[in-house]
Parts: sequence; structure tokens; C-alpha cells
Amino acid sequence: MSVLNIDAEVSNLDKVLAFVDEKLESYGCLPKTQMQIDIAVEEIFVNIASYAYNPEKGSAAISVETQEDPLAVIITFTDGGVPYDPLKKPDPDVTLSAEKRQIGGLGIYMVKKSMDNVTYEYKDGKNILTITKKF
Amino acid sequence: MNFEKNDDGTVLKLTLDKKLSAVTADQLEKALEKELVGVKDFTIDMAKLSYVSSAGLRVLLKAQKYVNQHGTMKIINAVPEVMRIFETTGFNEILNISK
Repeated sequence: MSVLNIDAEVSNLDKVLAFVDEKLESYGCLPKTQMQIDIAVEEIFVNIASYAYNPEKGSAAISVETQEDPLAVIITFTDGGVPYDPLKKPDPDVTLSAEKRQIGGLGIYMVKKSMDNVTYEYKDGKNILTITKKF
Repeated sequence: MNFEKNDDGTVLKLTLDKKLSAVTADQLEKALEKELVGVKDFTIDMAKLSYVSSAGLRVLLKAQKYVNQHGTMKIINAVPEVMRIFETTGFNEILNISK
């Protein structure tokens, strides 16, 4: 398992994606699956960077590991910010017109739709969000 | 990203490449605030774009709403992976996407 500890800042997004991509490429992940995972990682990291510590600053830990049978990648995001379960947010209404469309909640909705499993727990003062994607 | 505008400033073509992420969407939003003024015919070529996050969708929605007031916006050459993101989020119904 590899772990990246990084300041939870949107400007660190490219560093986070480079860390995840290096692992995914070493596992032989297909480019299309890698793109879906990268977008999910972006949505979760940007949420942590935007809301977890606001207006203070803090860090996030991102770990990447694989499981066998079925072969899958498991990525875990841990932060010490305010307790927040993004999975409790109602799904956005994706049938509304441009004028009525709300953009909030779309990111986590995309994560739920594209990953095979998404779980949240609050433990020892930490938010722990885990995504699993078969590849 | 690359912008091409006609002589009278009413027709604008934007070519996007690689990623529309939280970082690049922010840059695009700032660029569009200037570039879209007076534009009636706006085309976004996505042939080289393979990644759109919710931050990117937000900027596309904002552009579509702005252009709707006095012109038309269309998306061309979206690759299948990006089309799938539009379909998952219902953006295929909001955005004007040419096949």
C-alpha cells in the first residue's frame, strides 16, 4: 500500500493525480478506467480541499492498494476536518433544464455512478472515504 | 485551450485538450468571461478532450446559460468517454451536442 500525505489544497490536485496515476499504471489499469478513477479522485479531493477545514487549512492522506479476486483498486481518503458524510447528500435531479440546474452534489453523484463501491465512516476524529473500482 | 474568433467577434471556436479538471476549469472560466462577450455563435471542439469533472461541467453550464441569452453554443467531436459523462449527469439534455 502506498500513502500520500498532502495539504488539502485544490492547487495540489495535479500532484494527487500524478501519485494515483503512477500506481494505476504499475497495475496495468486501462486508460478508460484510469480516467474514471482520476475523476473520482478529483471530486473527492476537491471536496476535502474546499470544505473539510474551511476556513482553516489541513491535510489529507490518500492511500492506494489493490485487491485480488476480483482484481480491483481501493483508494482511501482520510482527513481530520469537520465530520461530513457526502454519501448522505441526496442525488441531484439530472433531468432539470439548464436554467434550473443546481451543480452542488454532482461530483459525488459522478463518483457513485462510476465506482463499484463507495463507503464512508467517521472514526477516531477522521473522515474516511473509500472507493473501489474493478479493473 | 485555444480560441479562434472571426473578424467581427461574433463567431468563436474553442478547442479543448486533455483535461477539464478543477484546475483547468477555473482557467477556462476566467478566459470565457472575456472571450464570450458579443459572441452569437460559439463552438467547442472536444476531439482532444478525454476528461471532464464536475468543475468542468459547471463551467460548461455557465457558458451555455450565458450564450443562450443572445446566441447558440454547440459541442462537437466529444469522445465516447466524455459523452458517457454527459449522459450520466443529464448534461446531454442541457448542452447542444452534435454527433
